[in-house]
Amino acid sequence: MEKVPNRKSFTDTLLELAKKDRNIIAVATDSRGSVTLGDFADQLPRQFVECGIAEQDAVGISAGLATCGKKPYVCAPASFLSTRSLDQIKVDVAYSHTNVKVIGISGGISYGALGMSHHSLQDIAVMRAIPGITIILPSDKFQTREMTKALVDFDGPVYVRMGRGPVESVYSDGYCPFVIGKANVLKDGKDIAIIATGETVIEAVRAAEILSKDNKNARVIDMHTIKPLDESVILQAAEECGAILTAEEHSLNGGLGEAVAHVLIQNKHVPMKILGFPDESLVSGNSKELFEYYGLNSDGIVSQAKRLLNV
Amino acid sequence: MPNIKELQAKAIAVRKELLQTIYIGGTGHTGGALSSTDLLVGLFYYKMKHDPKNPLWDERDRFLLSKGHSVEGYYTILADCGYFPKEELKTFSKFKSRLIGHPSTKVPGVEMNTGSLGHGLPVGVGMAIAFKMDNKDNKVYVLMGDGEQAEGSIWEAAMAASNYKLDNIVGIVDRNHLQISGNTEDVMKLEDFSAKWTAFGWDVQQINGNNMDEIIKAYDSVCTKNGKPHLIIANTIKGKGVSFMENVAKWHHGVPTEEQLKVALEELDCQLKELM
Repeated sequence: MEKVPNRKSFTDTLLELAKKDRNIIAVATDSRGSVTLGDFADQLPRQFVECGIAEQDAVGISAGLATCGKKPYVCAPASFLSTRSLDQIKVDVAYSHTNVKVIGISGGISYGALGMSHHSLQDIAVMRAIPGITIILPSDKFQTREMTKALVDFDGPVYVRMGRGPVESVYSDGYCPFVIGKANVLKDGKDIAIIATGETVIEAVRAAEILSKDNKNARVIDMHTIKPLDESVILQAAEECGAILTAEEHSLNGGLGEAVAHVLIQNKHVPMKILGFPDESLVSGNSKELFEYYGLNSDGIVSQAKRLLNV
Repeated sequence: MPNIKELQAKAIAVRKELLQTIYIGGTGHTGGALSSTDLLVGLFYYKMKHDPKNPLWDERDRFLLSKGHSVEGYYTILADCGYFPKEELKTFSKFKSRLIGHPSTKVPGVEMNTGSLGHGLPVGVGMAIAFKMDNKDNKVYVLMGDGEQAEGSIWEAAMAASNYKLDNIVGIVDRNHLQISGNTEDVMKLEDFSAKWTAFGWDVQQINGNNMDEIIKAYDSVCTKNGKPHLIIANTIKGKGVSFMENVAKWHHGVPTEEQLKVALEELDCQLKELM
């Protein structure tokens, strides 16, 4: 199956939806190319707002648009959007509860070789600490499409993070139920639960396939919504699997892993391991190389799962 | 023309009320609230389309207090207009009050939560773009502080407003020359302030922001459909109306003692008598 970048699935779907709803507005920061909003800008210029390289302004403008009944999607590289304009997201979007969708693209280490300035490995952490904002990381093009449809009718602040490159499909049969705040269990299993989000989900799926060859049956959970977190699926996994491993394209600090640990420590103590990027400036490399180097690819997940299972 | 005298009297009444609100609340940004009172009175009692009985009226103009720390005069005026009971002003900054120390949308009439500086103009630009998209005539007024002008986001928004030819937005700067650390020209020089805004593509005018006649004339002259956003640099006096507070930086954030309040209210009463 053709690999498609999630950002492209998002913008294609948004364009379809925006043709039927003139209140859908795409807001860009000289990012129409990087976000893949070119078609949107060409076909619906009256629903497209270019802010130039000014992320703070773009978020503020989006909040203003939202107070007048518009449905703005402010789209920019996740790194700049999530930290450069964090105060605007906190005050104008979350605190004021404006219906703004903050769309961070090229998240995580999508811009691998461009360095830490372009890496977005703290966005989940900072967004988690802001009250009133929903956080979603779609895993593949099908889920991105369903998510985009769901967001149109969701009235409230949302932060979405997607990567840059083409992604292998997780939902290869095209069937992807999507309910904000409800995780998808992709594969049942009783030995260990692998909870992943965004573009690490496909690695978790592959890891489970490898583990099954060693007769280890891993449950795979696609935790597309980090906030609100699906606590019941986590607790059920802890109860039934006895060990939990999380994988995310994010700093080890403050991301999915810590969110899951927060639930477990108060309810059910089981062996756990958090996989993510270390608290340091990363080495240079493309996504594949960095996933491999930092143990976030399927082999890395398998290795940590086995360690957790003492095999 | 409106009755200037009535507006002037209203401004004095608002100053008296906001001082009492600050005194009872035990906290407040007194200097900036007093400097901007006349500008707010001109907007809410003369210029803006708004309906206290229907705060979300679709046809209303929008006001954003970007310098959110001057909330005391804003709340006082909203209460006086009937957005919420005046009695509630006594809860200002008290435990569980909705009248917190910066504008909150929990208070009827407040459009956006503000407080962090440099936010009002970008949000206002978004509103103005939305009105243009929908071919609506609503206007957007954004009151900023002069110290606030150091925030880069203001200039990002200034560029965007000009780029999108937003002649439906009016920026007002409370140019009182003082911020919390002292004179604006010592903290971060603004001058040639007017030239900067002009260079960003705005129509700019300077007025005495404590002179109601000039305020009204300025408000009447803006929002012409000339394809340019409008800026009013309102030269004001920080602490305006109370002799011992005027032009004193420490009153940026200061609460009068009982005795000081008494003197201040007497001074304002005298001004009212002179006016009448």
